Amino acid sequence: MSLDIKKTYKLFIAGAFPRSESGRSYEIKDKKGNFIANPAQASRKDLRDAVLAAKNAHSSWAAATAYNRGQILYRIAEIMEGRSEQFVSEIMAMESVTSKQAQVQVRQAIDTWVWYAGWSDKISTIAGSTNPVAGPFFNFTVAEPLGVVGIVAEEKSSLLGVVLGLAPVLAAGNCAVLLASQSRPLSAITLAECLATSDVPAGVVNILTGLSDELTPHLASHMEIDGLDLSGVDSKSATALRISSVDNLKRVHSFSAEKSPERILSYMEYKTLWHPIGV
Amino acid sequence: MSALNLIDGSETSLRRFLQTLAGVDQIGAQERAAMLATRSIKTTSKKWAIDMAISMIDLTTLEGADTAGKIRSLCSKALRPDPQDPSVPHVGAVCVYNDMVGIARNHLDSIGGQSIPVAAVATAFPSGRASRKVKLQDTKDAISLGATEIDMVIDRGAFLSGQLGEVFDEIRAIKEICSDKAHLKVILETGELVTLDNVRKASYLAMLAGADFIKTSTGKVTPAATAPVVLVMLEAVRDFYELSQVRIGVKPAGGIRTTKDAIKQLVLVKEIAGVEWLNPELFRIGASALLNDLLMQRMKLTTGRYSSANYVTVD
Amino acid sequence: MSNFEYAPAPESKAIANISKDYGLFINGKFIASHNKKRFETINPANEEVLAKISLADEVDIDKAVKAARSAYIKVWSKMSGKERAKYLFRIARLLQERSREFAVVETLDNGKPIRETRDIDIPLSAAHFFYHAGWADKLEFAGFGDKPKAHGVVAQIIPWNFPLLMLAWKIAPALATGNTVVLKPAETTPLTALLFAEVCQQADLPPGVVNIITGDGSTGSALVKHPDIDKVAFTGSTEVGKLIARSLAVSNTPVTLELGGKGANIVFEDAPLDQAVEGIINGIFFNQGHVCCAGSRLLLQENIHDEFLNKLQKRMSKIRLGDPLDKNTDIGAINSAAQLAKIHELSSSGQAEGADIWSAPCQIPNKGFWFAPTIFTGVTQAHRIAREEIFGPVLSVLTFRTPQEAIEKANNTPFGLSAGVWSDKGSRILWAGNHLKAGVIWANTFNKFDPASPFGGYKESGWGREGGRHGLGAYIKGAK
Repeated sequence: MSLDIKKTYKLFIAGAFPRSESGRSYEIKDKKGNFIANPAQASRKDLRDAVLAAKNAHSSWAAATAYNRGQILYRIAEIMEGRSEQFVSEIMAMESVTSKQAQVQVRQAIDTWVWYAGWSDKISTIAGSTNPVAGPFFNFTVAEPLGVVGIVAEEKSSLLGVVLGLAPVLAAGNCAVLLASQSRPLSAITLAECLATSDVPAGVVNILTGLSDELTPHLASHMEIDGLDLSGVDSKSATALRISSVDNLKRVHSFSAEKSPERILSYMEYKTLWHPIGV
Repeated sequence: MSALNLIDGSETSLRRFLQTLAGVDQIGAQERAAMLATRSIKTTSKKWAIDMAISMIDLTTLEGADTAGKIRSLCSKALRPDPQDPSVPHVGAVCVYNDMVGIARNHLDSIGGQSIPVAAVATAFPSGRASRKVKLQDTKDAISLGATEIDMVIDRGAFLSGQLGEVFDEIRAIKEICSDKAHLKVILETGELVTLDNVRKASYLAMLAGADFIKTSTGKVTPAATAPVVLVMLEAVRDFYELSQVRIGVKPAGGIRTTKDAIKQLVLVKEIAGVEWLNPELFRIGASALLNDLLMQRMKLTTGRYSSANYVTVD
Repeated sequence: MSNFEYAPAPESKAIANISKDYGLFINGKFIASHNKKRFETINPANEEVLAKISLADEVDIDKAVKAARSAYIKVWSKMSGKERAKYLFRIARLLQERSREFAVVETLDNGKPIRETRDIDIPLSAAHFFYHAGWADKLEFAGFGDKPKAHGVVAQIIPWNFPLLMLAWKIAPALATGNTVVLKPAETTPLTALLFAEVCQQADLPPGVVNIITGDGSTGSALVKHPDIDKVAFTGSTEVGKLIARSLAVSNTPVTLELGGKGANIVFEDAPLDQAVEGIINGIFFNQGHVCCAGSRLLLQENIHDEFLNKLQKRMSKIRLGDPLDKNTDIGAINSAAQLAKIHELSSSGQAEGADIWSAPCQIPNKGFWFAPTIFTGVTQAHRIAREEIFGPVLSVLTFRTPQEAIEKANNTPFGLSAGVWSDKGSRILWAGNHLKAGVIWANTFNKFDPASPFGGYKESGWGREGGRHGLGAYIKGAK
């Protein structure tokens, strides 16, 4: 009988997998109290590095064609599909569910990812418009990606919550810093491995594991973050975070666990351009 | 001293002329350059292109740390790029800082490289930020030490702030010093000019002021010799010939590292300006690392094997 | 070699695994045609026979329609958009994986240069499938109501100028919106459609969802007349389009048509000239001019006429005409002897009517069908070469003096597919855009296609749009 090689769960920042600069990790256990893993415990400095990576990656990600972004997102789904078994066994361990239940979640997560991938090159069609202003002007509205979005993934769902948060932000052309569920962080890191082996440029997605209460205030207050998804924060804690985010008027939202193009548009800005029409 | 009677030397007439030039559509220019980059150059045409590219290289070293020893090695390499293969042509020129010109010239002459010109960068290369007096002296020094080619930089600050007459007069002054002793290459530093419209305007300005060659870059700024920039410059010399019956040369410099890059440049020359420009009198490539890649590709064509850095000299 | 002649750089034919003969693709399998009749498809660059193709008759068509109907009722209409999307993603991926093979086969069968099939036709075809895969599960957001319905069984007839791309333009949206299809590729270019059938098999597409029936004009005619077709989509000549529309007027079957054009490329005095020259060249010589939206009329502002013509001719002299499989070829073969005859006929009429002809000095190969890029100057609207679609590498040059005159001339045609505007002035471009009666207007560019961009014509250039959100409407019941 040979020993299997256990996986180490590190952070995902700027396309690489560093441990926390603080050197810390924390224990996650299953419902019965059995040890599962020691994921890294990110510090505010890790978060700072992640935001910097996202900021640096933004201009070239936003400048890629929507088709190209859609292709990259679709490829990630292909890789996720290939990793299904690993996702399933992690979810079973963390959520204490059956294999069948875990498979349902993985299936849903991948399908949701694909759904959003297909929006990349269509969202401008339904969000933008030419506007019939009363004058000899060509007037059109486009939707542009916001920039860097901080996401707090839902606590209970290991993989689907991460996908629901991340996919629409990326489909919009943004870069992301995602805080994984504190008690169920492993799927997020395995997803990071899918990202690392896909064509998504380094820094477009950054994933941190650690203690929510320690990290969310820094996410909410960081002045380089343009938008926040607080779906994974309970309403009590959310208030303080909202107040803090007002300093640079972050666009802040929380969503129920549903997919919709609104989740994409929530992290886009509308720009309207006027141009005279004349010989 | 302009080659044409299109302008009378005044800033106003210069400005007016430059305004009549058609604009450049950036996307269209990029697309044409990209299409030409798909040309597939194989076998006999590849061999021809490699040898031509070698003969067009201005083998360059422009480092603060340059020494006499470095210059001498460069010159030996310039004359005999592949010590094992005498069929390899020598390069087009050697390009150094002006205080190194004497060393280069003497060494070349001592090893049988009399036919290889020494080009000197001048006029407070690379920034061009110095007084007119200093720039003129810079040029005089280079020529007196034996440089027969001068690569000057234009005053980009003056250009971008609209002082076109200033830029024009400076080129003319340098050209006057060169007279018949040296040919003048005018470096536009296209990376700082940014737009293709500016590249076109600066090209014409340089040609009207007496440039023998227009050159893309100092090699100290990126982007340097991108395909769309070279395309616009080749269009400029092509059109200038129609107006004046004078052929001005083009020199891309910076960022041309591989044989593939060099061949793409030759395709641009052939299809934009024309085959008349496909010789070292009218087209040069400012490069250093490129030479070894050309040699390795040349070896592959003759032996059929991919070569290795062990088989080309470091310098 | 003092002038850098390019040595031949041929793409290898070896990757193209073309069978000696092909059956019809019905219900997921290749089967023999009913009457075993065959015809040959040739390589127009050298007239060599590539394969024998089955000629479908009414019996075969009926089989195909029945297969499509059965697949629609039993499988496809019951499948969620999400699952339909997965098939389309698979098809897109397979096209990408087999792209080199498709490019070579397309070049051999059609005669267009490998550079075009490799860089444009095949990638765009894959992109169409990707794009429409993404719509399949989002139709409720497309602006056609909460629960858009498919028509059912769709008959599609495509032309020979962009065989695989036209197939993609038809099949991708049809499948995405939940229809099943019976598609007839053009008589002279069936091979990539038959290869596509293999891709459907590799993608495990449920049998009957896509059926490919090869044949000639009689096949197409029988197909559109079949009583169990819910919708017809046709791309081809205006003449045939009208025949189809008339025959379907009786049953009032929904029809979309993408027909001919006589696109005007308007070059204003302030155009970026060198790029405008490229745009004109691209507009009429790309794909040997076999393009419905070709910029076949150059409307040149008179005050830049001579300068522009000079640049244009110099540029045309650099066009490389020859072996389509050579990677350096710019212009390939004319698709068929019949088409070549049409081009000659119209070209002769141009000379007879007094226009001045100039052709690029290309070396014409001995075998195959070839026509050197040609321009006619001194053309007026009254000339046949200014009114009729030549569908070949022939450009008619007219002049104008004012912007209003340019628009008037550009619109003075029963066609309305495309137009080009070249100017450095934004307001002028938008003004021209407002006044041009064309479904696709390219400003400072030409012949740009994208799955997200709707394409189709005004007036006699057709009905409906393909591509983009608007293009979905053709395949949704009750939509426009």
